[in-house]
Amino acid sequence: MGSAATLPVSPPHPSPLPANGAREYSAAVLTTDTVVLDQPRDAFEEQAIPATRVRGYWQSVFYRLRHDPVTLSFAAIVLLIVLAAICAPLIAPFDPFKESIVGRLKPFGWRGHPLGTDELGRDMLSRLIYGGRVSLMMGVVPVLIASLVGGLLGVVGGFVGGRTNTAIMRTMDVFYAFPSVLLAVAIAGAMGGGMANGMLALTLVFIPPMCRVAETATTQIRALDFIEAARASGARTTTIIRYHILGNVLGPVFIYASSLVSVSILLASGLSFLGLGVRPPVPDWGLMLSTLRQSIYVVPFVCALPGVAIFITSMCCNLVSDGLRAAMDVRM
Amino acid sequence: MLIARDLRKHFPVKGGSGKSVRAVDGISFSVGKGETLGVVGESGCGKSTLARLLLHLIKPDTGELVFDGDPVGTASGIAVDALRRQVQMVFQDSYSSLNPRMPVRDSVAFGPFVQGKKKNEARHIAGEMLVKVGLDPGLFGPRYPHELSGGQKQRVNIARALATGPRMVILDEPVSALDKSVEAQVLNLLRALKRQFKLTYVFISHDLNVVQYISDRVLVMYLGRVVEIGPIEAIFERPLHPYTRALLASRPSMNPAQRIEEPPITGDPPNPIDPPSGCRFHTRCPFAEKVCETTDPALGPSQGPQPHIAACHMRDPLSGHSGYGPL
Repeated sequence: MGSAATLPVSPPHPSPLPANGAREYSAAVLTTDTVVLDQPRDAFEEQAIPATRVRGYWQSVFYRLRHDPVTLSFAAIVLLIVLAAICAPLIAPFDPFKESIVGRLKPFGWRGHPLGTDELGRDMLSRLIYGGRVSLMMGVVPVLIASLVGGLLGVVGGFVGGRTNTAIMRTMDVFYAFPSVLLAVAIAGAMGGGMANGMLALTLVFIPPMCRVAETATTQIRALDFIEAARASGARTTTIIRYHILGNVLGPVFIYASSLVSVSILLASGLSFLGLGVRPPVPDWGLMLSTLRQSIYVVPFVCALPGVAIFITSMCCNLVSDGLRAAMDVRM
Repeated sequence: MLIARDLRKHFPVKGGSGKSVRAVDGISFSVGKGETLGVVGESGCGKSTLARLLLHLIKPDTGELVFDGDPVGTASGIAVDALRRQVQMVFQDSYSSLNPRMPVRDSVAFGPFVQGKKKNEARHIAGEMLVKVGLDPGLFGPRYPHELSGGQKQRVNIARALATGPRMVILDEPVSALDKSVEAQVLNLLRALKRQFKLTYVFISHDLNVVQYISDRVLVMYLGRVVEIGPIEAIFERPLHPYTRALLASRPSMNPAQRIEEPPITGDPPNPIDPPSGCRFHTRCPFAEKVCETTDPALGPSQGPQPHIAACHMRDPLSGHSGYGPL
């Protein structure tokens, strides 16, 4: 113990980068500023133009979407449904509110009603087209509002962290603890039926998961060095959120929101079915399903139509959302 | 230019045990204008924490920073914002230090932009900075980080740090993630930029060869403390502290006859939550004696403008350590 021999002190040996030699070398190369500037370009690190054109993130997302025929065809169906709902007055063959005592519960093709009539003799096709307006609205509006509110809460909570985050997220967890259907029914039931209340109930149901998605994404981004670099250059919190966080959180939030649309359509139909959503005689797929239920043995195919509409719409929305996720979920 | 006095940062351990990780535990040093101070040490010795303390990205528990004679963050001195105008940082991980959703030109322009430049001006500055680091702004400016190689990304990071016109740059392992060939290019670039912009560097690395190449002075850290500090030649030719000697000896030799069979230092550094008593290195030091376990060695008295000093009992005639003597 205690003798210098126990610790092998390296005798002077040629090190890979001898201090003096290397300095002389660099001094020779980097004598003037012009040489300084040109030197890195002459280096053998590749600087060639890449084979693919330089694309931004969204450009590459659209590029991938354009080359995904499955998603494109389902998107076309969704687009068709949306267009039909928007142009309902133009394309509906009959007045959706016009009743007929004699023409009740008629099968497909009866007297010019291509999809038959419902229990009050109203044209099914026209009611389905008009019903799409309500269903799509109930599907999109709550998700939009929830994305805004929940996303904002999540970004703020995730970025600020600490007690603010705990307060926000634990409050969300309370809502999260209820099954979504039960929560929607409870809120809509407490506030009474009607379209506005139904949408409000759905919005409240969707805020917590939206918030959680945004919070997770923000927390991940916040830990990266470029946020610290932004702070080091003197940026305020709001500036950092605006320029560095939002762009990175938008993707996950958008993907999740698109998947919620079909859930929202289903839940809205469920609320209407239970009499907590839209009130008759407004045509709504869920409500139509509910009122036609008793006639299932009279005209079974006509009664199933609103269900088919709900199924097709929500499934197409889901598949489009899956396609979007695939196109956007790229490691960059 | 920058003086750090007794910087201390302890991170509390979760679980309310009252314990804390002593990442940086009382560090004092100064960086002179225009010099490059290398900081070396093993993983987990607090190098990166020190870098963040110097930029006030995290607040020190105790201690003060003096920049150009003004204490930082106090009423009488300069504000943290002003410090950040003068000091910038280059991070180790070139991937996570650039926003993946932002073209690199915008990443470089962000600093000037938040410091009050117009968007177009900031873009213009960014273009100029990209030229300075050897990247064609027309070709690379609109690209996203994933379209660049590691060396190119690190060049962008350097451009980003220099875009706000700092006088001092803290480089936290800027070349550790790069290939050897690219590493040499980036090091040469850093030296060229230093000369051109009259910069001062604090260069953090675990690679002694890199530190030897670029530094004027070296600070050796062990478990949140400074164990040795001095001019580069003195440290590499005549290391005072056993830890520094072990670090130097653990470099692979270029001479096959001097192949290292036994690692000169073994094991991991002790847990910084519960650092050893006395000298923190005594658990791994071949010269450890009784006094090392009980008494914490002080960093020797500094004489001259560039003292070479170490925190070791063997360098202190009054410590009672039998190993005292000329090297």
